[in-house]
Amino acid sequence: MLEIRNLHARIAEDGTEILRGVNLSVKPGEVAAIMGPNGSGKSTLSYVLAGREDYEVTEGDILFKGESILEMDPAERAAAGIFLAFQYPMEIPGVATMEFLKVAMNAQRKARGLEEIKIPELLKRVRAAAEELNMDMAMLKRPLNVGFSGGEKKRAEILQMKLLEPALCVLDETDSGLDIDALKIVADGVNALRSPDRAVVVITHYQRLLDYIVPDSVHVLYKGRVVKSGEKELAQELEKNGYAGLIGEAA
Amino acid sequence: MMNMQMQIRRTAAEEALLAGFAERAASLPGDARVAEKRAEAVELLKRGLPNRKIEAWHYTDLRRLLSVVPPFDPAAHAAPRAALLPGSAVLPVLNGIAGKADVPAGIAVASVTNELSDGTFAPLLGVNGADDAVGAINSAFAADGFAVEIPAGTALEQPIELQNVQVGGQVHTRFAVRAGEGAKATIVERQLGEGNALVSSVSHLEVGDGAEILWLILQEQPESAIHLGQMNVRIGRDAKLTLFVMNAGGKLVRQELRIVAAGEGAELRLRGVNLLSGGTHCDVTMMLDHAAPATTSTETIRNVVTGRAEGVFQGQIRVAREAQKTDAKMACNTLLLSDEGGFSTKPELEIFADDVACGHGATVTEIEPAHLFYLMARGIDEKTARGLLVKAFVAEVIEELENEPVVEMLEGKLDAWFAVHG
Repeated sequence: MLEIRNLHARIAEDGTEILRGVNLSVKPGEVAAIMGPNGSGKSTLSYVLAGREDYEVTEGDILFKGESILEMDPAERAAAGIFLAFQYPMEIPGVATMEFLKVAMNAQRKARGLEEIKIPELLKRVRAAAEELNMDMAMLKRPLNVGFSGGEKKRAEILQMKLLEPALCVLDETDSGLDIDALKIVADGVNALRSPDRAVVVITHYQRLLDYIVPDSVHVLYKGRVVKSGEKELAQELEKNGYAGLIGEAA
Repeated sequence: MMNMQMQIRRTAAEEALLAGFAERAASLPGDARVAEKRAEAVELLKRGLPNRKIEAWHYTDLRRLLSVVPPFDPAAHAAPRAALLPGSAVLPVLNGIAGKADVPAGIAVASVTNELSDGTFAPLLGVNGADDAVGAINSAFAADGFAVEIPAGTALEQPIELQNVQVGGQVHTRFAVRAGEGAKATIVERQLGEGNALVSSVSHLEVGDGAEILWLILQEQPESAIHLGQMNVRIGRDAKLTLFVMNAGGKLVRQELRIVAAGEGAELRLRGVNLLSGGTHCDVTMMLDHAAPATTSTETIRNVVTGRAEGVFQGQIRVAREAQKTDAKMACNTLLLSDEGGFSTKPELEIFADDVACGHGATVTEIEPAHLFYLMARGIDEKTARGLLVKAFVAEVIEELENEPVVEMLEGKLDAWFAVHG
């Protein structure tokens, strides 16, 4: 599903290199956790996957379903099936949430050769997804993410993910700012999306989220490289011993 | 030598205006009082059009920008348009001549030609200070329009649509609306057409005590037209006016808003949307006088600038000594989508009272890249995503109007503009 090969990326503006040769492979059906201390390049990796222009890939490649996505813009990547749940979702005044959902769903459907979704069908799907995430429909009458609490924004991201049905979900620090109840709801939402033909990349600083979204593989990112990979026990080990030991080992 | 006056050579446009008046004066409607007002206006024109040295025209050098004055075209025939709001009573002025009007029950509508002929319109003509070039051009030539009287206590369900439709040449129109005490009405003033016209259109609105008026000015002249608009408003005691101005066309546009919050407790909400494209030069100049205590006003102007367009907003708020407890908030925000375009904002507060709250702010921004990325990351292509963001920037102001048919109509206008220029 996702194959990252020797990926090097830097901040476009000042040339600071953040990713220094990331290798990672995620199979269909797999839930991969990427952990690492602050500044290890976790969020950068998520942005580079989604195609944010602020970063430049200088070396290596990202293959999605066997094809390089480096030449694709963010919209093309999304339409191809990559979804990034943002750590800090944007508040966009003046853009109605429902209108946004309609435009986004139809843009992706169009790219996949499907017909436009009809309004009643859209409402039905949104209502069902909102209910599962314990979200009030009244929230969705507001402009996109405007006035949402941190937790509401994260839920709204998962709502979008459910509606857009991506093949690859990338969750960037989705647990930050969530209390335990909200965390469970969000995790349930993600778990419901687990399927043999979908992969999930969970980026997190803490083990906590991984108690609810149990990963198949865990990868430790440090100074822009994956320094250790393992199974879910690796996350617990990190929680217990911290990153320090492992980093020493890697260095 | 000492007595020699500086003789500035007249521009072609100045010459054409004066020659046009000399030619037409005898055929223009009006009694002696009207003729006197016209003469006064022409005296001002003889001194020349204002240039950038005149403060009120600093950003719109009319003398330079008004390069061509087309001749009158008596043969031009304009047709009225379908109304924008469902069920409106349409009062059309067709290339300067009042057409057949729908008159809502209980409302008095007169043609301005008749009111000029018998002199009743004379007090509304004339110039308001030496800088009033729009008033001068219009007062010299205005021949027709509509005068509307909404009686006290009338809550008019049916919107009134004033149309000023041009097909070329020169068009000089007047509209006057008097809303009596406690009256309520929605009035749409449309400025549009398809010719290379020089249009001047002056409107008067009297908002009686306790009355509530929503007035929308929609200027959609073609890229070849020159539009000089002026709105003169007096808001009475505890009366409310929501004034919405949209400019979405024209080659050279000056829209003046001269407003007096005259009665205690008078309230003004001004909302402006300027959609500027191509080589347009569009100037909205507001002169607001808080003349009575406890008057409030908010002014929000949103501008989208593309191409080589140049925009101007001058917001002058004067708070009289007796206008204590005045509350005024003015904001002008511009989304600059082109390196070649520009927008100039000049707020000007003159406060003579000591217990008031007045604020103003201006910003010029570009599309926020993080917003664009967020929308694109959901599969929305760049052009559509930009369109959504630009529309969002102005839609905020429209949604505030909280009048469903009006909001829907204006959003339709936005969509139409973005379909062509977005």
